[in-house]
Amino acid sequence: MCLAIPARVVELPAPETARVDLGGVRKDISLALVDGVALGDYVIVHVGYALTKLDRDEAERTLALMAEAGIDGAAAALEVGAGPPGTEAAR
Amino acid sequence: MRFVDEFRDGALARGLAQAIAAEARPGRTYNLMEFCGGHTHAISRYGLTDLLPANVHMIHGPGCPVCVLPIGRIDSAIELARRPGLVLCTYADTMRVPASQGISLLKAKARGADVRMVYSSADAVKIAVDHPDRDVVFFAIGFETTTPPTAVAIRHAEAMGLANFSVFCNHVLTPSAIANILESRDVREIGTVPLDGFVGPAHVSTVIGSQPYEYFAEEYRRPVVIAGFEPLDVMQAVRMLVRQLNEGRAEVENEFTRAVTREGNAKAKALVAEVFELRKSFEWRGLGEVPYSALRIKERYRPYDAEARYGIGYRSVPDHRACECGAILRGVKSPADCKVFGTVCTPDNPIGSCMVSSEGACAAHYTYGRFRSVPVVGRGAPPKAAPAGVPAAEVAP
Amino acid sequence: MSPVRDDYIRPVDFRNGRVDLTHGGGGRAMAQLVEELFVRAFDNDLLRQGNDQAAFAVGAGRMVISTDSHVVSPLFFPGGDIGCLSVHGTINDVAMAGARPLYLAAGFVLEEGFPLADLKRIVESMAAASREAGVPVVTGDTKVVERGKGDGVFITTTGVGVVPDGVRIAGDRARPGDAILVSGTIGDHGVAIMSLRENLSFETTIRSDTAALHGLVAAMVDAVPGIHCLRDPTRGGLATTLNELARQSRCGMVIAERGIPVRPEVAAACEFLGLDPLYVANEGKLVAIAAAADAPRLLEAMRAHRLGRDAAIIGEVIADPHHFVQMDTSFGGRRVVDWLTGEQLPRIC
Repeated sequence: MCLAIPARVVELPAPETARVDLGGVRKDISLALVDGVALGDYVIVHVGYALTKLDRDEAERTLALMAEAGIDGAAAALEVGAGPPGTEAAR
Repeated sequence: MRFVDEFRDGALARGLAQAIAAEARPGRTYNLMEFCGGHTHAISRYGLTDLLPANVHMIHGPGCPVCVLPIGRIDSAIELARRPGLVLCTYADTMRVPASQGISLLKAKARGADVRMVYSSADAVKIAVDHPDRDVVFFAIGFETTTPPTAVAIRHAEAMGLANFSVFCNHVLTPSAIANILESRDVREIGTVPLDGFVGPAHVSTVIGSQPYEYFAEEYRRPVVIAGFEPLDVMQAVRMLVRQLNEGRAEVENEFTRAVTREGNAKAKALVAEVFELRKSFEWRGLGEVPYSALRIKERYRPYDAEARYGIGYRSVPDHRACECGAILRGVKSPADCKVFGTVCTPDNPIGSCMVSSEGACAAHYTYGRFRSVPVVGRGAPPKAAPAGVPAAEVAP
Repeated sequence: MSPVRDDYIRPVDFRNGRVDLTHGGGGRAMAQLVEELFVRAFDNDLLRQGNDQAAFAVGAGRMVISTDSHVVSPLFFPGGDIGCLSVHGTINDVAMAGARPLYLAAGFVLEEGFPLADLKRIVESMAAASREAGVPVVTGDTKVVERGKGDGVFITTTGVGVVPDGVRIAGDRARPGDAILVSGTIGDHGVAIMSLRENLSFETTIRSDTAALHGLVAAMVDAVPGIHCLRDPTRGGLATTLNELARQSRCGMVIAERGIPVRPEVAAACEFLGLDPLYVANEGKLVAIAAAADAPRLLEAMRAHRLGRDAAIIGEVIADPHHFVQMDTSFGGRRVVDWLTGEQLPRIC
């Protein structure tokens, strides 16, 4: 729930500490809650701690699912003649 | 920003919007409760309501730990802050919440209390280390996402033998809140709150895993889809919920597979279990007393428990009479139903908790949504068009 | 006999000295501080006359006057300090009327105990900014308050300028159909300041954008004398400024999120802290509103200037009885961009 963002681990300056990079901004965060973090990994950061590693394969898979849904949706919309709210086809 | 921008892609959003519209059956409504301050925020900030069909309703649940923090607990925090020599460290979110006599931590600070905003529990420990002559108290709030960081701080303090650090613990538990809502009369018996499914919280779930929600799906026959933090995640989860409802399924599905597993973060859970234990009961603002819904610090770590150290009692303070936060938190009423919404109670002058936090239903509605009930002039923006078959009355103006 | 010179006065100790109450007392100590620090740094004829005021002739046109108090903390930040900020800020307020800034006045409230080395650094920064902008500080004042009653130093600057007849730039001149432009990336200053706040420290190369904009404004007015509105989005950010203009002009606005220039690092820092760049302060940017037909020419003039390289057209003014500022999000929905409530604080939730 709360504000957390995925950031890339660019340095491991001290035990249980990672320096992460998000869009060029770097911050030191604690790895006390996650084991086995390596350079180049992405972690989800919340209040200065890594909560978990981000699984890149799963991320790609999720994006692919979304894209697929879009294609299905567009096809269905063409059939029915209605589009999502706010689009030309819907009026 | 990698793994952020892709999940905010407008083109994918349009595709998903069409997919949802195609799957949502005309003639029925889908009432979905989202349970995470981050989701409330995402829906508002990205204008997701514009992209969903009119028969899919998003209801804001009690997903904001600031909103459910009772006034009495903030009074205690303010009282602590006022003690001479004491430093109260807090996340910024709580600083503006008005407690008794309209005082907030921010106002107490203005009057001389040493209240310091921190980004992390580790910062509070550092302040204690840097100022051995001062007593430092960390005002810990949050659901299961924020609890492990507090556990780490306490263990760290113990490892260092820090004598001037303690935690005022107000951590609460997500599944208890869900159960409380589902058990409420409005939902269970009267049926005034139609609740068809849940969008499960993103980051709480990285810690507790998807497993705890299985109970709700089974016992209450309602689907739960755990959704990531970004707007596309929320839309995909809505689609998955709509599909489950259409197919008559009530399962726990995980949209946020890149960060959530069934088991969650075992290390974090173990740390929390090491430091905290369940309170028999805890008052939630708006929900009243909820059994086994909150945590307190274990006996072993008593020196780090501010409640024990400073003898903090608890006095329940009722909300302002006209405040409808309770009903709003349970999804029974909407912000517009509250008599003081937008007039006496505004983000600048909040009466209740739902208005104070930017994720509160009222604050979100005030900032982004109150214009919905007003015909807003758009440069060519059409009024919300209903998918074929949905009665016109359901379409928002 | 000791070899002490008759005319020897011990110079102010700028290395280790601190402000004390005598520096504001009106006596010899104050005069010496004024002479050795302020007059020496600001160095211009009017100031050297040593009067409590400066008298000067005014050319044709209307006079413009503006004042600003500067209370920024921390005093020194990447890209600037309270000194140059106070010079730029007031020059900009004058310039937003389409005026040529002429002179500045500077009032200092110093806290007892404030290091003179820091004061010197601030004053020299002001002097450099003033020289670079071509707007001298011609009069000023110094007061000292007891320790604990001030945040080190507060600076108030007042600027006067002149705007030629025929140029009428004001907040109530926006009209439906007008184009809305911004001169560059938003959020830089606020994020630079935040990065130094205790307990928020993060590493970044973001620097404050503090700058004097009168040169840019002159180029813009030259290209499009009929500009309707100019304003610099300082506290409260772009969103607040747009709302102010919408209210003053009694109209609405629609902007496109996609077109708003934001540095990736600023966007990332805002993500970390839960801030919205639209509400983050800027100190070297301006918003311009002009007739749609003039917009391309105006944009070209802005981009040709070093302070307007990233200028962009971000939206348009519409008729709207509610005076809302709306934004088409890059995600595809539309939302209202409301006034800022309270102070923007980072959040965890």
